[in-house]
Amino acid sequence: MQDDARVDELAITVIGRDRPGIIADVAEVLAGLGMNLTDSTMTRLRGHFAMTLVCTGSQGGEAVEEQTGSPALEDVEAALAPLAANGSLVTTVSRVRPEPAPESPGGHYVLSVHGADRLGIVASVARGLAEFGGNITDLTTRLSGDLYVLVAELDLPAGADVDLIHERLDAVARALGVDVALRPAETDVL
Amino acid sequence: MTSVAGWSIEDLGLNGEVRPVVRAPAPVLATAGERVDPCGPEVLQLAADLVATMRVSPGCVGLAAPQIGVSAQVFAVDVTGHPKARTVHGTFVLCNARLGEASQWNKGREGCMSVPELTGDVKRAGRVVVVGDLPGGGATEITTDAFEARALQHEIDHCAGLLFLDRVAGAHAIHTRKVHL
Repeated sequence: MQDDARVDELAITVIGRDRPGIIADVAEVLAGLGMNLTDSTMTRLRGHFAMTLVCTGSQGGEAVEEQTGSPALEDVEAALAPLAANGSLVTTVSRVRPEPAPESPGGHYVLSVHGADRLGIVASVARGLAEFGGNITDLTTRLSGDLYVLVAELDLPAGADVDLIHERLDAVARALGVDVALRPAETDVL
Repeated sequence: MTSVAGWSIEDLGLNGEVRPVVRAPAPVLATAGERVDPCGPEVLQLAADLVATMRVSPGCVGLAAPQIGVSAQVFAVDVTGHPKARTVHGTFVLCNARLGEASQWNKGREGCMSVPELTGDVKRAGRVVVVGDLPGGGATEITTDAFEARALQHEIDHCAGLLFLDRVAGAHAIHTRKVHL
């Protein structure tokens, strides 16, 4: 694998104490380096700010005129370092290879799980899906008092036996004492 | 008031041309379309082109003029045979359409030929009254529900320069979609 000091795609995480302006600060740093913030998700997890994003070297960044290409990973780390200097935020920067989204010929599904909180809900449900080649593409969990909620989107492989997956998930649900529902993610193309 | 049931695209006697479908971020998709003269010859041809393009596009149940690059308040709809359709008016084209009444709101996931790789969760009325003009005909009023109601709202939005992206239910209500065509 070529170890190029200049990067095409960087994965960045920012986690820490929430305050107004974190997204503006991070986005300004990236724009200033000519990095194009592409896919990202940002939310609050139990009050902590959490940001995960992938950015690419861009020809159209604000301060790219002086540059001959994408900045090095170390440049991005250095530019983000002041944000983490007071200890309220933790940032990571990793180089990643561009990945095409895999095909999902077996269909797209939404999984909902809710019930009394207990250890191992995510582990058991996710393992049950993985055994059938189910690929979780999006997942959110929330603990609200004693209520635990998991909502996931997943792709099933071609020829997946959906009835069998339902049976497996029902067995998992019974063992955990939670309710599980798997339904097709219906999209109406208009 | 003319009935949609008494209107047919075939009665226009025009050969519709299949036009390329424009994809976001084309500016025309974000521009409010002009009101049109429903009896103008260019509008009749546009109606025929919309129906022709809709019919050759797999799974397409509606197509608005901005989606073929024309900034005008004209769209075609046909939800015949769709499993979520209840009331069905067949193939029809509306000009200058407005949502009159809207009720029974519900959220559903929508995709769009002009935004082929994303879907979004959008709240739409499950029961609507739409007023508009039939190409070559007079003013009409359509009362419908379920999937045809959703399609009408989606197309009326296109004519106003709005995409489903403008109405998504929240920051986590946009999803990626692999297109298998």
